[in-house]
This record gives sequence, structure tokens and C-alpha cells, in this order.
Amino acid sequence: MGVAVSIQQVEKRYGALQALAGVSLEIAEGEFFGLLGPNGAGKTTLISCLAGLARPDAGMLTVLGRDVVADYRAARRLLGVVPQELVFDPFFTVRETLAIQSGYFGIRNNAAWIDEILANLDLADKADTNMRRLSGGMKRRVLVAQALVHKPPVIVLDEPTAGVDVELRQGLWQFIRRLNGEGHTIILTTHYLEEAEALCGRIAMLQKGRVVALDSTANLLREFSGHALNLRLAGGAALPAALAARATAQADGLWQLQLPDFSSVEKVLASLREAGIDIDDMRLTPPDLEEAFVRVMQKGRGT
Amino acid sequence: MIGFRTLLWKELLRFWKVSFQTVAAPVVTALLYLLIFSHVLDEHVRVYESVRYTAFLIPGLVMMSVLQNAFANSSSSLIQSKVTGSLVFVLLPPISYLEFFLAYVLAAAARGLVVGAGVLAVTVWFAPPGLAQPLWVLAFALLGGAIMGALGVVAGIWADKFDQLAGFQNFLILPLTMLSGVFYSIHSLPPFWQQVSHLNPVFYMIDGFRYGFFGISDVSPLLSLSVATAAFVAVSAFSLALLQRGYKLRN
Repeated sequence: MGVAVSIQQVEKRYGALQALAGVSLEIAEGEFFGLLGPNGAGKTTLISCLAGLARPDAGMLTVLGRDVVADYRAARRLLGVVPQELVFDPFFTVRETLAIQSGYFGIRNNAAWIDEILANLDLADKADTNMRRLSGGMKRRVLVAQALVHKPPVIVLDEPTAGVDVELRQGLWQFIRRLNGEGHTIILTTHYLEEAEALCGRIAMLQKGRVVALDSTANLLREFSGHALNLRLAGGAALPAALAARATAQADGLWQLQLPDFSSVEKVLASLREAGIDIDDMRLTPPDLEEAFVRVMQKGRGT
Repeated sequence: MIGFRTLLWKELLRFWKVSFQTVAAPVVTALLYLLIFSHVLDEHVRVYESVRYTAFLIPGLVMMSVLQNAFANSSSSLIQSKVTGSLVFVLLPPISYLEFFLAYVLAAAARGLVVGAGVLAVTVWFAPPGLAQPLWVLAFALLGGAIMGALGVVAGIWADKFDQLAGFQNFLILPLTMLSGVFYSIHSLPPFWQQVSHLNPVFYMIDGFRYGFFGISDVSPLLSLSVATAAFVAVSAFSLALLQRGYKLRN
């Protein structure tokens, strides 16, 4: 597999704000890659630099080997971007919007592919509706469609599901997954970490313009999260001091203990037995990306 | 090339789809100017011996409409798509800054010409101004529309808000066009204001345009053509420099 996107030592400053402070990463062809970080971490700036919407102060970005500045025409043909803001041109219908977008990319007579995108995004019956008359979710779908008119091998989705209802979200992911299965490289930023966890094979976490974690989703979960044991004690009893120190209180009187490994469950139970405490309820929760994310960010803040 | 042509086509459709507002409205405005000024002044003012005031006024109004609407087209299209964010659809594709510039300027000039033709069509009946040199008419209309289209690109790039653009329009474009001899010959002005008028490039566009109709003008049409060409080159160079740097658009 070749390199779909290469980002090397990219810096971008807006006045006093260092939006990107030397970001480097490589994304292989066919990957489903997640770009995560809190607001202001630099995700959108990085995507803007990749898409030619902003010029980096230093560093280099390529799409399938094409430099986004020096060889911008080729690079932009290889890239499809779904912008974060819900933007549209109020003068046109859905079909006109997509035909015009095709033309911008040098494609005439794109009707067959446009019909296919419309069908896949459940927009076929809105094809001749003016953009102004569409609901927010529908406009979001058109944004996705616009990014796909030129069949780009690399697709960037910048928070595509913000404010989108569940049904549409699932339909959208099904379509994006299919595109990924057909070989398209997908780069996703999202605040919905469960989506990133379910979809992305590899994840980069950004904080204050720097990459603070970059690994496969499985490795990140293993390293920064783990199974947790959730306990409710009979009669609202307190945890023994040794356990209390590493437990966090949850809703409904549950205590949560992070488990370094499964055998430690036994030790927890043994110490409760010794203290004569009965257990009302016990649950094991799997590792999740949200916890990993919080830990990575805390670690980043400490340094 | 297809990218450029699509952008040009989109820009043409944009004003054509709302032509009641972008074409009919300025034609009505120009007609009102003509009715009022010719009613008040036709008996009292004679600029050139052989030309009635109403006939003298018509080419001025046509050119003023060409200039103002060309400026309005590129500037309002850009500010609108900047404010709504839809400019991103033009910035993401492989369209060069030169193609971008040409598409906006040509569409602006086209709107100017369409409105100018409309103004001419409804006013010409009041006092046919003749058509001594049609090629000069066409040359100045095209050049004037292109200059103001390019200036509209500059204003549209620079302005962040609609009221900044309105300021540009009200405090620069409107005085430049109104004080350029649309309604009078600058020979009727005191010497000082004649001198000032000679510094206004719009004066040359209108004077040269008028020459095409009457075969007479305040200054030589060749001088007017040179000034207008120089203005076009200067505004285009400035506009292209902004676009090449990505000023306010790609940062």
C-alpha cells in the first residue's frame, strides 16, 4: 500500500496563536484514519492546509505524492473534502449544485455518477429541490455528495455527523464504509468518540497543534484504557481504604475500578470478602476511546 | 478550462436567476434619472451644439449602469459566498487564481453589458443619440465593465462584512461615477473642478463611451482609451496579486 497522505513538520500560526506546531503523520492508502482532539487543537487547520484552504508557514503536505502547494491541481483532484460548516449556495438545486461542482473539477456529463451518489445518500427525491428548502440533515448529505463528485481516492470528513440524526448518521457511515471497502482512504474528524472507535483503524490525537498520540485504535485502547469493574456495595458500604484510593464514584452509587488485567478482579473480590462487604451489583465494562482520549489529553497537559 | 468555464457559467446564472433584482431594477433606476433630469434640464442645457441634453445624458446613464452593476456583481458574489462560507466550493477544486479572476471579471462585465443594453433599450426612444463609432462604444463598455468587475473582486476579497462593502460602494464607486460627467460636460465646471475631474479614471470611460455615440467628446478618445486600459491593467494586477497570495481567501 502506498502513502495516501503525508504531512511533514507542518506549522501554521495565526497571529499569536500557534495553530500547528510541527505536525507530522503519514496515512496509508485504504486506511480509515481518525483525527481527534479538543476544540482548537488544530484539526480543521490541518485539514485546511491539506485542502489548500490555508497555506502552511512551514512543512510539506502531499496527497498520493502530489504536493498540495506546488502541484495543487493534481493534489486537489485526488482529494474530496466535506467541510465542517453547513454551507450551501442558495441559488441552485441539488442537481445543479452537483453538476457545477463536477465542472469545477473539470468533469462534464457526470449525470450517471451524480445519480448514483444521490441514490446512495437518499437524496434522489430531492434532486430538483432548491438548496434553501432542504433541512439541515439533507444539506449535510449534499455536502458529502459535493465532496464525491470527482470520485476522489482520498476523502476527508470534518465532523460530518454534527447535528445529524441517528438514522442519517448510520446511513452515512454505511456509505462511507463501502467507499473505504472499495479502496478510498478516509480521514475523519469527529467529537463522537464512539464513532471514531467503531470506524477508524488508526487514530492521531492532536493537542495544541501537536500530535500527542498516533497509533492503531486497538493499541490506544490497550495503552490508555482498559476493562473496568463497576461495583455497588450492599447497604451503601464504603470501599476498603486500599481500593477506595483507586476507585471513582459513578452515578447510582457505583464504584468504578480500572483493571490492569483480568486477574486483578480476583484480588478486588478477595479484599471485599475480607472486609465482610457484600456486593449488590457488578459489571465489567470494556475499554473505550473516550477514556483513552481523556487520559492522553491529561498526559499532554502535564508535559 | 472546464473548471473556468463552469465558474463563469455559475457566476452568469447567479445574477440571471435573480434578474428582476440585478437587471430590471437598475434599468428602472436609470430610466427615472433620465425622466427627471431631461424634464428639468432639456430646455436649459446644451452641452454640444448639435446634441440635445436628453440625448447627451443617455450614453452617460448607460455607462454609469454598466460600471455600477459590473462592480456590484463581482463584489456582492464574493462577499456573499464569503459570509455564507460557500466560497469553499470554489477554493477546493483545481481552479487557478487566474481562472478565478477571469471568471468573476467576465461575469461582472457581462452583467454590466446586459444592464447597459437594457438601459439603452428603454431610454433611446426619448432622444436617439446616434451611433457614430459603434466599435468605440463596445470597447469602452467592455473595458469599463472589466475594470469595475476587477475592482469588485478587490473589494469582495477585502471586505469581511456587507457594510464594509457598502462603504466601498457608497464612498468610492458612487462618487467616482456620479462626478465623472454622467450628467454634465466637465467643460461647464470651474477650472479647479475640471482639473480634479481629469484625475478620475471614470471620467475617461464615460467620455470615450460618449464619443462612440456622438463622434465628439471632452478629450481625445485615444487618451480616454489609454487611461481606461491603464486603469484596467493596474486594478487587474493588484487584484491578481491579492489572489495569488491568497489574501483573506486562503488563510
